[in-house]
Amino acid sequence: MSNTFPFSAIVGQDEMKLAILVAAVDPSVGGVLIFGDRGTGKSTAVRALAALLPKMRTVVGCRYGCDPDKPFCGTSKAALCDAAKAGRSALVPVPVVDLPLGATEDRVVGALDIEKALTQGTKSFEPGLLARANRGFLYIDEVNLLEDHLVDLLIDVAASGENVVEREGLSVRHPARFVLVGSGNPEEGELRPQLLDRFGLAVDVKTPTELINRVEVIKRRDAFERDPAAFISLWKKDEDKTRRRIVAARDRLPAVQVSDTALERIAQLCMALGTDGLRGELTVMRAARALAALDGAAEVSDGQIRRIAKPALRHRLRRDPLDDTDATVRVDRVLSERFAA
Amino acid sequence: MDGLADRGPDAVLAAALLAVDPLGLGGVRLQCQAGPARDAWLQTLQALMPAGAPLRRLPQHASDDRLLGGIDLPATLAAGRPVLQQGVLAAADGGCLLVAMAERLPPATAAHLCAALDQHAVRIERDGITALTPTRFAVVALDEALPDDTALSPALADRLGLWLDLSASSVRDLPPVDTELPATVQQARQALAAVTVGEDIIQALCGATLALGVDAPRAAWWAVRAARASAALFGRTEAAADDAALAARLVLGPRATRQPVPPEPEPQEAASEAQPEQPPEPAPEQSADSTPPDAPPPDTPPPEDERTLQEIAELEEQVIDAAAAAIPAGLLARLASGETARDRRNSAGRSGATSASRQRGRPLGARRGAPQAGARLHLIATLRAAAPWQRVRRQIEPDARTRVLVRADDFHVRRFEQRRTTTTLFAIDASGSSALYRLAEAKGAVELLLAECYVRRDQVAVITFRGKAAEMLLPPTRSLVRAKRALAGMPGGGGTPLAAGIDAVAQLAAQVRRGGATPVVVLLTDGRANVSRNGEGGRLQAQTEALSAARALRALGGHVLLVDTSVRPEPAALALAVAMGARYLALPQADAQTLSRAVNGSRSGRA
Repeated sequence: MSNTFPFSAIVGQDEMKLAILVAAVDPSVGGVLIFGDRGTGKSTAVRALAALLPKMRTVVGCRYGCDPDKPFCGTSKAALCDAAKAGRSALVPVPVVDLPLGATEDRVVGALDIEKALTQGTKSFEPGLLARANRGFLYIDEVNLLEDHLVDLLIDVAASGENVVEREGLSVRHPARFVLVGSGNPEEGELRPQLLDRFGLAVDVKTPTELINRVEVIKRRDAFERDPAAFISLWKKDEDKTRRRIVAARDRLPAVQVSDTALERIAQLCMALGTDGLRGELTVMRAARALAALDGAAEVSDGQIRRIAKPALRHRLRRDPLDDTDATVRVDRVLSERFAA
Repeated sequence: MDGLADRGPDAVLAAALLAVDPLGLGGVRLQCQAGPARDAWLQTLQALMPAGAPLRRLPQHASDDRLLGGIDLPATLAAGRPVLQQGVLAAADGGCLLVAMAERLPPATAAHLCAALDQHAVRIERDGITALTPTRFAVVALDEALPDDTALSPALADRLGLWLDLSASSVRDLPPVDTELPATVQQARQALAAVTVGEDIIQALCGATLALGVDAPRAAWWAVRAARASAALFGRTEAAADDAALAARLVLGPRATRQPVPPEPEPQEAASEAQPEQPPEPAPEQSADSTPPDAPPPDTPPPEDERTLQEIAELEEQVIDAAAAAIPAGLLARLASGETARDRRNSAGRSGATSASRQRGRPLGARRGAPQAGARLHLIATLRAAAPWQRVRRQIEPDARTRVLVRADDFHVRRFEQRRTTTTLFAIDASGSSALYRLAEAKGAVELLLAECYVRRDQVAVITFRGKAAEMLLPPTRSLVRAKRALAGMPGGGGTPLAAGIDAVAQLAAQVRRGGATPVVVLLTDGRANVSRNGEGGRLQAQTEALSAARALRALGGHVLLVDTSVRPEPAALALAVAMGARYLALPQADAQTLSRAVNGSRSGRA
């Protein structure tokens, strides 16, 4: 389990990798939904994130993985993290928490610690998965099979960045800022449209159709299963390169400019596609900015908007059940109209 | 393939391969009814598996507690903290998990199996327990699906390497296990790690996936693993052409969605004949836009010389031939009638759709109450209720032996929200007498309803009848993707086998009701039956039968809406509506919107 397939070794699926990197650079993009064919490396890509991402500094002993520079995890927003008073911090891998199917609400949001209650007679909070995912990623495989009430809860917490627990006589509030990543196969059931909209980026993954890609997928997996350690060290250079790119992009992000022309472009695009609300515009703007940072650019250009428009907008188009045109095709069409001039 | 003959037929070889590499092949999908042939095969597998490897049976409706693991009641009460009891998935570690009637597996259970196969572990976050238990096992899915029945979950089927169809085999086809075979398998198991699969074999197998229209990337991977296990079984250190052929027969052939050689001559065929040194391009679809095989692809090193290329091409042909021999017999006929992979996928989705509503409802947490009358104790909630009182109770009863002092009023029971989903069943008269544009309206209405169903999580199914029989076009689903695909290919024309159509919808309605959902039947027809149940013409006989079928539908109970699609209100349709106790709606100029509104009205008014 400790050996995971390296992110950089995934063959093709560039849009999926790009969307994940964008979310890693700027979590405010708001989650990634990966929908598509079976066996295309959806879960592999997400599970590879923990090894790929640069480690983060946390307060030692804090159950919510507080940032030593901003150690606020108490019951109110201004309350300091108890563990931070000791002043010790450590580098830990960014949490990529798997939410298994069949998880119950008490383990997701956290609940009364039974053992302590029974043996010591004290009322204490046992944090759940949301606490563990703070400052990292929360991954739900087969998100379309998850119980609706859990999905609602997750989306709510992901949007507010805070988990509020009011149960069993407990009243706890703790930070839960994470990037929600969901994956699934649309043939097994679709997500409700109101949930679709809450994900920042939506990626459509398809089975590779070229022979060379198929052969390459098999060869890499074979090499990995034979000797995981050797395979990982073979790909270490690429992984390091991707990691440096993420770090550099995060540093550069606050300085990346979005010109008025670019904003106008984005607004035109969204109007032409008829997306509801402003979430589409905001997401394209943020994602294009993160992409520019990844590219090492100082300013968002048309190229970045073009590349990110599909994952940022394809799930926001109003559905017309009588129109069979694929959403991706519709975005493509508008893109070529708007950017041709 | 001569070299393989001495090890027995493919069925025995499949068992041997699985026994050589049980953890690397995912498992086997065994398609056949219960019977001596299947028992013999399972015995063979058991004889070949490593000694002491567990063989666990997964009960059909195992609860999550037993499947994944859950609270160990006595231990939890004794220890005063949640204690985990391992589930069936963890217990199958190192061996096989036998799933009988796998096609009826609830989708949630199938998803759990898939997750455990993918991660080689069971992950639990429930009832106060967090645990990660590594486990690796092979799934033996006994798929007893009949052609018109629910099918095995496609996600699970994708993760099972070998697909074996024994439905035509008798026990005589499975010779008793060769006395030496278990020892050979044992040796092969140890040699497996050292066996390599050359690039030529990988190329040939991947090429075959393209040629056969096998799109799942996992299939190519299983084929490579199967070739490796086969090489180990035959004492080779490197996989040979025979191994690739066996892998193609057991992995790729049964998954094929098209015949490798297209009926009309494709350009690349001519090319390969004209220039024999050029390997034939396998996939018909690829002919136009893919990289020519002799041009060095950007990522791979240029091939050494043309001879190797030709060898690969020959190998690939051999592999495709082997796989083609294993393509299920019915596929050709289905291809010819134009029902391709779409229909298989449709039927595959059915298990998910129908059994989703078989769930007992979503858990709503716990409420205070005694665990009686079928209610199940919610242990964690009970302990939480008891926790604050422990000190006080201990003072009252200092001599109590138990670690935790629980009173009757601490008891909490599980609550489920029993959600009644509605499934709207459309039975559409697609015969020649119903004008073709009616079909378009019906399609539009189905899609509109489906779009609304997202929010309510309701389902829609479509049955059409025309010519001689009724056909399930869209099994109960809430997937717009699948619905669109099914409806796009809806054929029209022919006679009106009304009785067959009503029978089919009645059968489906009964099935839906058994699944715990409420069926709403919407029948679109002009009521002019002219084909009887046995497929023969004859208006009078057909009408009589239609009326009796209508009465049978009425006996089932439930909501029925009959939409008369004829230009003028048709007395036959009205008579039919009366016979089936349906609401009658004449919609001579109905468009999709009106129809959708009418159906919605009937549903919300009565459901």
